[in-house]
Amino acid sequence: MATVTKQKSDVVLDYLRPGKKFPSVWCPGCGNGIVMGALIRAIDKLGWDRDNIAMVSGIGCSSRLPIYLDVHTLHSTHGRALPFATGIKFAKPGMKVIVVTGDGDALAIGGNHFIHACRRNIDITAILINNNIYGMTGGQGSPTTPAEKISTTTPFGNVEKQFDPCQLAIGAGASYVARTTVYHTPHMEKMLLAALEHKGFSLVEAVSNCHTYFGRLNRQGDAVAMLNLFKENSVMKGKASKMTDEELKGKWVLGTLHEHEATEFCDEYQKLVDAQMSKRG
Amino acid sequence: MTESKTAGAPESKPASKSKYDYTNGPMPLEINLSWCKACNLCIALCPKQVFEPDRDGKPVQVRPDDCTQCTICWVHCPDFAITSNYK
Ligand SMILES: Cc1ncc(C[n+]2csc(CCOP(=O)(O)OP(=O)(O)O)c2C)c(N)n1
Ligand code: SF4
Ligand code: SF4
Ligand code: SF4
Repeated sequence: MATVTKQKSDVVLDYLRPGKKFPSVWCPGCGNGIVMGALIRAIDKLGWDRDNIAMVSGIGCSSRLPIYLDVHTLHSTHGRALPFATGIKFAKPGMKVIVVTGDGDALAIGGNHFIHACRRNIDITAILINNNIYGMTGGQGSPTTPAEKISTTTPFGNVEKQFDPCQLAIGAGASYVARTTVYHTPHMEKMLLAALEHKGFSLVEAVSNCHTYFGRLNRQGDAVAMLNLFKENSVMKGKASKMTDEELKGKWVLGTLHEHEATEFCDEYQKLVDAQMSKRG
Repeated sequence: MTESKTAGAPESKPASKSKYDYTNGPMPLEINLSWCKACNLCIALCPKQVFEPDRDGKPVQVRPDDCTQCTICWVHCPDFAITSNYK
């Protein structure tokens, strides 16, 4: 069959961790599962050895994703997935290290670690599942909760401005940055594939639905309604470049937003070690 | 389901929209009802309205012949409850 770009539909099942209870703990329709499927299909396309993959997460609904996968996994502490992942990559530079994080995990408690992982350009792929709220703890506002939106900590509307995770990562030095949504699954797979293949720090922001809290509090409806919102309010990068800021207000710009070549942290460190060792003879 | 699949179906269907032979082959998709959480995503996103919800809200393939194997339902199923019998 000439369907090379299409994956077999049961590929995902092959990567589920034996002995885990399914279905997952996530609410019906939660985007975390959609991201998980796309990530598995991307990994499978790369044909990576599963024993050479380490997936690391912190705490949150999104951070539960790695525990379902049959690869090396480390479920760490809130906001600290990137430091743990940095340790793994630094000790075993040959390993493929993937971090799954939430907007709260990565940008609130873990914000400092996030910018420094970007700055170092360490060869880790971070997937930031952005549902604009703290899902696990019951709907508190996060650094990506948009202005005026309702959360349990912003009951009359958020007066803060939100972080744009992609712009933050670009500013901090990440060498591959992309955005996608759980509605755009084939696109998500493409972005994940590119990020995984990229050498250096790569970030994929996966815009996702927490209809249970964000959707309900902001009257955006159920999972289906929220996915349709992502469809209606997303613009591909090429088209966005021809639009005014006014036209782009409230829209998600999707695609590879940034890519540059830069020296990688573990490589540079190894070079330093080699140079010092040869000096000593 | 089986009724709509066979009801009055001619021997060789003249204008089948699908290149897949669901009359002689299995149903387009396999649905794992014990993993399905009835989120409605597959039912709502299918461009061909292949599904109707059962009384629990879980998908039933009521118009299997319309399925084009476009993959939309199973790539969006957050619970990996849908696999294809053809892909
Ligand atoms: C040190 C610490 N502080 C606070 C918490 C409580 N807590 C657990 S998950 C979470 C926020 C999760 O939000 P996010 O990262 O956006 O993930 P989501 O659940 O939305 O996927 C918080 C504050 C914790 N577990 N540990
Ligand atoms: S609370 Fe929100 S993020 Fe958590 S599983 Fe439910 S829908 Fe998903
Ligand atoms: S594969 Fe496509 S056409 Fe077939 S049931 Fe799924 S969404 Fe509908
Ligand atoms: S998308 Fe999956 S979990 Fe949701 S209703 Fe369909 S089969 Fe069930």
